Amino acid sequence: MKFLKNFMVGVSVLALSAGAAQAEISDGVVKIGVLTDMSGTYSDVAGPGTVTAAEMAIEDFGGTVAGAPIEVVSADHQNKADVAANKAREWGDTQQVDAFAELVTTSVAMAVFEVAKQQNKIALVSGAASSPLTNDACIPSGLHWTYNTRALAVGTGSAIVKEGGDSWYFLTADYAFGESLQRDVTAVVEAGGGKVLGASKHPFPASDFSSFVLQAQASGAKIIGLANAGGDTINAIKAANEFGIVSAGQKIAGLLVFLSDVHALGLETAQGLLMTASFYWDLNDETRAWSQRFYERTGKMPTGVQAGVYSSVTHYLKAIEATGTDDTDTVVAKMREMPVDDFFAQNGVLRSDGRMVHDMYLAEVKSPEESTGPWDYLKIVRVIPGEEAYGPLSESTCPTK
Amino acid sequence: MFSDLLGIAPQVLFGQLLLGLINGSFYAVLSLGLAVIFGLLNIVNFAHGALYMLGAFAAWLLGKYLHIDYWGALILAPLIVGFIGVVLDRFLLRRLAGVDHLYGLLLTFGLAMLIEGLFVKMFGASGQPFAAPKALNGGVNLGFMFLPYYRAWVVVASLVVCAVTWYVFERTKIGAYLRAGTENPKLLQAFGVNVPLLTTLAYGYGVALAAFAGVLAAPITQVNPLMGSNLIIVVFAVVVIGGMGSIMGAIVTGLSMGVVEGLTKVFWPEASSTIIFIVMAIVLVLRPAGLFGRTN
Repeated sequence: MKFLKNFMVGVSVLALSAGAAQAEISDGVVKIGVLTDMSGTYSDVAGPGTVTAAEMAIEDFGGTVAGAPIEVVSADHQNKADVAANKAREWGDTQQVDAFAELVTTSVAMAVFEVAKQQNKIALVSGAASSPLTNDACIPSGLHWTYNTRALAVGTGSAIVKEGGDSWYFLTADYAFGESLQRDVTAVVEAGGGKVLGASKHPFPASDFSSFVLQAQASGAKIIGLANAGGDTINAIKAANEFGIVSAGQKIAGLLVFLSDVHALGLETAQGLLMTASFYWDLNDETRAWSQRFYERTGKMPTGVQAGVYSSVTHYLKAIEATGTDDTDTVVAKMREMPVDDFFAQNGVLRSDGRMVHDMYLAEVKSPEESTGPWDYLKIVRVIPGEEAYGPLSESTCPTK
Repeated sequence: MFSDLLGIAPQVLFGQLLLGLINGSFYAVLSLGLAVIFGLLNIVNFAHGALYMLGAFAAWLLGKYLHIDYWGALILAPLIVGFIGVVLDRFLLRRLAGVDHLYGLLLTFGLAMLIEGLFVKMFGASGQPFAAPKALNGGVNLGFMFLPYYRAWVVVASLVVCAVTWYVFERTKIGAYLRAGTENPKLLQAFGVNVPLLTTLAYGYGVALAAFAGVLAAPITQVNPLMGSNLIIVVFAVVVIGGMGSIMGAIVTGLSMGVVEGLTKVFWPEASSTIIFIVMAIVLVLRPAGLFGRTN
């Protein structure tokens, strides 16, 4: 019904807008398509919460931009690149979708980049993490918002190397993201004088990690780096605890850990884990206020991916408001020109390679004694300046930067 | 030595063999349930993974709301889920008796998607933590690996359940009725045996086995709505390799496929999720009825 209502509103606005002030907004409506994993491994990290975040962004914007209504549509891409590409193509061709948002899972983001390039639409990536998205695989209208594997490597990886963790073994999710994360962390470890002893590539998703954990143990590495995410990270950490890896002296480095993972593991198991966060709900009054509103709608505190969707959609709408058009090239140029300033990012800069550079946080998971209430899980160890996390633009290998 | 030849330390090899056996016990209990159901009801029970997940969730819910501990849940959860199975059989599966396998497959597949979707909606996809019982915390160092007590318990419990099931089906009078029911239900009915009741109970038992495996798995993986869908396809491959409906085939193949998978994780980790299907393809070519199946 809601869809129908939105559709009818869209149609009537379309009729009214012919030749009127909204002539610059194509089809008389700004439509954002949230393409995410609604039911699989990443659905707590991203999923329905990102649709809520996009809806909140639109509501907070007042429901209209440059005189035209804003709409959101969403779909489950099931972490499958072909499903995502087909949906994106359909949205772009027949449903007047102007921007694709969220796009968790690297293979999905890359497939949607291809569609966005052909259709000249904007891709606002939040959940996918691979750094190639703003390097070799970049497109002019592909904007990477929340984090990337390089930032994760710089945050968690270098902190652990500095603490003396100089020999590593990786458990890597066997797809583009896992490889990208392993590669970026390897670079950081080797730059810090450490070495990588080996890696096991595990199927994605995997439920039993005992074999891989034992191989990591046999390697004798001081640090077992988890180049995976979501349910895989949770299961790997559980297996490592169960098989006495941690009590035998090896350390686990979760390279992409989300608040939802900590919540699922429980503090008893997750305590002491170092993680790089793009966002935490309890940073300041602004983050608390927004997160509280999110919590009231979803019953969960937001992950960085969800907060990032709000931020990217808001920034996109601001650029349309400022330019009065939803023309892709004009809007992207404006988005680059304006600093990103909201509860998610302060003085964030959208670079020409598509990277949104903002501060990141190195955090440690609290022990059950330190935690004072529900969702009180992290303490911030260090703020990682954006430039350090993402590297200078000159390092980007994006051909169109 | 064999292991040294392949460039793998014996410790690693033994460790993986043991782990394979542990995973194999899950495959064995799950494929056993499928074999029982297929043998007696001729239904390819695609809801098995979802029912396995329901077992884990039943244990978690029992603990959270009724403060029933692991041991209580290990008995109660299979009973509760088994009862759900009986209800499903009475009201849904019964209607498909006598029609093509495909209908049962589609119905149970749909049920599985429905149940899993509902639980993702209610509990999220990351799963709920479930602690192993205190008595089984810790482990023992075997020299070549650290064996958590809980995993050892999983193997023992699974083997006992498999052995009891095999005994009941192959060596007792009830088992004889059940087997007769698959061969010629009409004749058995003519002898005054209540065959529909028998098949309903068999379905309930097969489902209870799935739930039992779910409770066993709960402390190892998270209690996760998708835990069954990750496993069910592999378990089906195990059943096909063993021979549809063969009790002994399900047990032996379950354990051995766990070991095969464990070894693959050492030599070629990327292939570990496909190796069982490769074995399945080979078996289907050479022995279409499965290793333990009888050709009609």
